[in-house]
Amino acid sequence: MSERRLLFADLDEPGLAGIDVYRRRGGYKALERAFRDLDPDELISQIEASGLRGRGGAGFSMGKKGSFLPRGEMTKYLCCNADESEPGAFKDRELMFKNPHGLIEGIAIAAHAVDASYAFVFIRGEYWDVGDVLDDAVREAYEAGYLGQNILGTGCQVELVVHRGAGAYICGEETALLDALEGKRGNPRLKPPFPAVQGLYNGPTLINNVETLCNVPHIVENGPEWFAALGTEQSSGTKVVSVSGCVQRPGNYEIELGIPAREIIYGLAGGPPQGREVKVWFPGGSSAPVLTGDDLDIPYSFETLAEAGSMLGSGSIIVGDDTVSVPELALRTASFYHHESCGKCTPCREGTNWTVKMLERVVRGEATPMDLDIISSVQENIIGNCLCVLGDSMAMPVGSMVRKFRDEFEEVIARAREAAPGPIDVAGADQPPVVLGAGG
Amino acid sequence: MTDKHYHHQGEEIPAIDPALDAGPQTATGGPRGITSPTDELTAAERRRLIASMSPEDAERVPELHEVDVPAELQETIEAAMGRYPQVRSASIPALWAVQRHYGWCSPEGIREAAAVMGVSPAYLQSVASFYDLFRLEPAGSNQVLVCHNISCWMRGADDMLVEFCEATGCDHHEAEHHGADSPDGVFFVKGFECLGACDIAPMASINEHYYGPLEPGDARTIVAQLRAGSDPIPDKDLRKRPVAGGAEAQTVVGQRSGASPVGGEREAEQPSDMDSEDGTGE
Repeated sequence: MSERRLLFADLDEPGLAGIDVYRRRGGYKALERAFRDLDPDELISQIEASGLRGRGGAGFSMGKKGSFLPRGEMTKYLCCNADESEPGAFKDRELMFKNPHGLIEGIAIAAHAVDASYAFVFIRGEYWDVGDVLDDAVREAYEAGYLGQNILGTGCQVELVVHRGAGAYICGEETALLDALEGKRGNPRLKPPFPAVQGLYNGPTLINNVETLCNVPHIVENGPEWFAALGTEQSSGTKVVSVSGCVQRPGNYEIELGIPAREIIYGLAGGPPQGREVKVWFPGGSSAPVLTGDDLDIPYSFETLAEAGSMLGSGSIIVGDDTVSVPELALRTASFYHHESCGKCTPCREGTNWTVKMLERVVRGEATPMDLDIISSVQENIIGNCLCVLGDSMAMPVGSMVRKFRDEFEEVIARAREAAPGPIDVAGADQPPVVLGAGG
Repeated sequence: MTDKHYHHQGEEIPAIDPALDAGPQTATGGPRGITSPTDELTAAERRRLIASMSPEDAERVPELHEVDVPAELQETIEAAMGRYPQVRSASIPALWAVQRHYGWCSPEGIREAAAVMGVSPAYLQSVASFYDLFRLEPAGSNQVLVCHNISCWMRGADDMLVEFCEATGCDHHEAEHHGADSPDGVFFVKGFECLGACDIAPMASINEHYYGPLEPGDARTIVAQLRAGSDPIPDKDLRKRPVAGGAEAQTVVGQRSGASPVGGEREAEQPSDMDSEDGTGE
């Protein structure tokens, strides 16, 4: 219908994961051009001119990020973030599994652009099958001379290692990813220094998402103007959107940025089952503040979703229809972040814990409407107060659910209180009271 | 907050368990197998223990000749060490190798890996305990991870986990929180956070392959098939799933895709319903 495929073009072609079919389709031509005809500065300015923004969540300009790396003789690194652990996100999995060489080509070109001689793909441990496919593809690329010490005889070196994680959402955070790659527990680091200056092994490091890097060969091949003409002015290119939850045809759809969300949810993914309606949806993974059924006509792009008080994030739409209980959804969301909090920063460690406890009380019918204010206040005290955004990633959606669906929360509480004869036995009353911080 | 700690305050503090000196492999059995020997200490005992320790008590880096590391395991770990500019980066690959070899990250296995890498076993233990996929206790041989995150939950994941538990005999509460072994030791079932396959929700990772969308009855079928030693529900194997939008969607044509006759024809057959003709390139 309104799919526009660039990265997903003929993704199901038999044998595409092998180097022969990939090359027959024009693969590695961009790499040859980048290494033979273009110097790193030209490459970086092309990527910047294309307007390509990071597809992992933050949406930062890839060219700008690359230009932050210092020039000169030193060992630099490139890390491809393939940790994809955000609930609702599964685009990188399909890209890597079906077209691993597209990623490898993008990594090699990006490494050349920032003069990095070592590159790593940090892939989440659960993607066992995908890791195997990548391993095979990397071997093929080495044999063909697209990776290694002397790429295509140009004297340039890019070594690529596929590094498997072992199950920790936090490793998708760039500095935690670096710690995990250095063989430590995946705890985030204090920024600054930013990884572009001091990252892996304390060297300058460029970190980019899988989908971002997959776009790079297309930019080199077709020119930055061509790429910038796709999508909207501030959100150029196509975007792979993962649609899941209460829709009839869940899956990855590649669209040109800027089309209405309704077209994605209803047109492509089929909308909720017959007779049901969209009640609540996450536009950019479970970390994004939720939107409601009234927001479906918002154009799907970085800037318009930000204006609407949410974010495009990793481009993962999770749809909840009118059968979904928002308080339970909030609890499910908070429980995930509570489980995944690394425990390093107090607002996140304690905030996720108490939010889960309070939401459990709401769902069990042991809360009062005042608890909703406390929940909101806890979320406000998490945002911006931790080393990384994991805490914020819970605070934003949960805060938005309480704000936008407060009537439903109050109704759940009232119904449970009516059903309960006599005073409510508040579980956890022996716990110390929540002390609200002064904020800031 | 419990008054357990205070009961012990007036009592004589027991002598430090000699098992502490022997390393974690002699740990006492907890409710599900092995717990750390320090888990049962009171606050006062813990303080005494810490005060009595000196830096020399820290577990040394074991020498290779002190451990009996299987040749194959040593080879795998050394190969991993060679792939990185710094050897410590091989911690996670080394732990994976240990888990592959022993079925779990056993204290012996961790000690062996530590000897090969030249790090302390405590260091590797600290890494292993951070990540969900490393098992620090022996576990059933068939691993079933049932996603219970948002998208799968909306599509009935909770019922799937119940069904897996009933079919295998695993304790449901245990499975949902830490993972549970079946009484016959054949299955390990765990409710897991998002596995990155919401397109096939509700889904499960079975022996490291993804399957879905699961329907009522599938869990029983899978368990029976695994018991019989055959592949589970092959028609729901994610590896066989085509792109959701089908093969007909419109391809954005640049020079590269233009070189492919497939992309070119497709563009001609299906004119754009979008306005941005500039975006289609040439």
